[in-house]
Amino acid sequence: MSAGEEISGEARPRLPRGVRLKFDEARGGTVLLAPERVVRADAVAVAILERCDGTRTLNKLVEELCEVYKGDAKRIEADVRALLADLAAKRMLDL
Amino acid sequence: MNEPIRIKSAIESPLGLLAELTHVCPLGCPYCSNPLELDARASELDTAAWLRIFSQAAELGVLQVHLSGGEPAARRDLTEIVAHCARLSLYTNLITSGIGLSEAGVARLSEARLDHVQLSIQDCEEESADRIAGYKGAFAKKLQVARWVVATGIPLTINAVIHRANVQRATGMVQMAIELGARRVEIAHTQYYGWGLKNRAQLMPSREEADAAWSEVEALRAKVEGKIVVDHVAPDYHARTPKPCMGGWGRRTLNISPTGKALPCHAAESVPGLEFWNAREHSLAEIWEKSPAFNAFRGTEWMREPCRSCEWREVDFGGCRCQALALLGDARATDPACHLSPRHAMMADIARRDSAPLGAAAYAYRRMEKMR
Ligand code: SF4
Ligand code: SF4
Repeated sequence: MSAGEEISGEARPRLPRGVRLKFDEARGGTVLLAPERVVRADAVAVAILERCDGTRTLNKLVEELCEVYKGDAKRIEADVRALLADLAAKRMLDL
Repeated sequence: MNEPIRIKSAIESPLGLLAELTHVCPLGCPYCSNPLELDARASELDTAAWLRIFSQAAELGVLQVHLSGGEPAARRDLTEIVAHCARLSLYTNLITSGIGLSEAGVARLSEARLDHVQLSIQDCEEESADRIAGYKGAFAKKLQVARWVVATGIPLTINAVIHRANVQRATGMVQMAIELGARRVEIAHTQYYGWGLKNRAQLMPSREEADAAWSEVEALRAKVEGKIVVDHVAPDYHARTPKPCMGGWGRRTLNISPTGKALPCHAAESVPGLEFWNAREHSLAEIWEKSPAFNAFRGTEWMREPCRSCEWREVDFGGCRCQALALLGDARATDPACHLSPRHAMMADIARRDSAPLGAAAYAYRRMEKMR
């Protein structure tokens, strides 16, 4: 995917090899580890990224999160898309 | 998310450990930042010592380990080390020249759950690349290794150090990284430490060349977004602001030398009067908290003016101690790369002098003394 393109609802986002979540015992919280990067992941980001295993479509992922968080579906979808697009641009997510 | 981790107190756990497994390397790159006095093979830590160090690192809170050298593949226990780190859930990054890796070796590293490979290239043109490396056939071998790595699915970074002999082809090296299937590329203008400092007059590009390379790569970065991530390291001698020293001395990372010496950074041994502790004798936790070398430039207390009262002091930590020492003879001085340093003008002067056309001078290739 290149910058600016809309992610399809049928895409199956997946954290590629070399990009993984880890619980950070020393400092607390969860981090996303990637080549030369350590980024903190908040609870929402963790909920999204745990589901990026290549089996679910983006639509399904949003549906699941709506059930968990009972929030406004439009907003949740926007948050998910923003996070995934950002990670894909950094090559930390495959679509 | 995407917030870089913020460290609250000065002595919070390190995030990264750079393990210089060996100083042995088949290549002779003249810009190498290793010290001129390389550690002999016989004095290296053994496997058990390294495994213990990685266990201690995980306990201390280290998240990522960088397996480096020299050439880490020159160690026969590399796969064992990777497997051990994977069991500890440490993120493993192999920093390699590619020389000494076989297809079967890459497959074994992949099975051991290696997380990432960073492969160096010297140029995107074969003849020049082999001349810079001081090794015939290096370029061809690296292309092979890149393909093997990509085939296993391990993410690949291509790393290129920029200097006079390849500065016109910085964007070519980004293109080459894309063609090789890398997800990330580092275009790093030479930092002058160790062998690099010794070869500065052979390596320094002119200001015009460095500036042109910089803007060409920046222009390309936007076009290739989503295809490859470009990490760009600026030419220090042409900069206005210093690089933050490893995110702060004794703040995020530590280095272990091939013989077990714990260093706040790869060049720290050049600073006279620092007392380094050895991981053979002390635990990493002890070293991190208490060793004199790590405490010497921790925080901002050690600073003088102009750093001491500067609003940037918690951002760049006064720049590089090793550079202040190498250029001013004083490790506590403000890094002359900073435009606020009273000695800043010397950087441009050196750059101008050292980028003058070359006569017959040749590289001092990085080589090990046979006997030490
Ligand atoms: S003192 Fe200089 S060489 Fe050492 S880590 Fe800091 S920036 Fe690097
Ligand atoms: S004076 Fe010191 S702290 Fe301020 S910007 Fe320069 S190097 Fe950084």
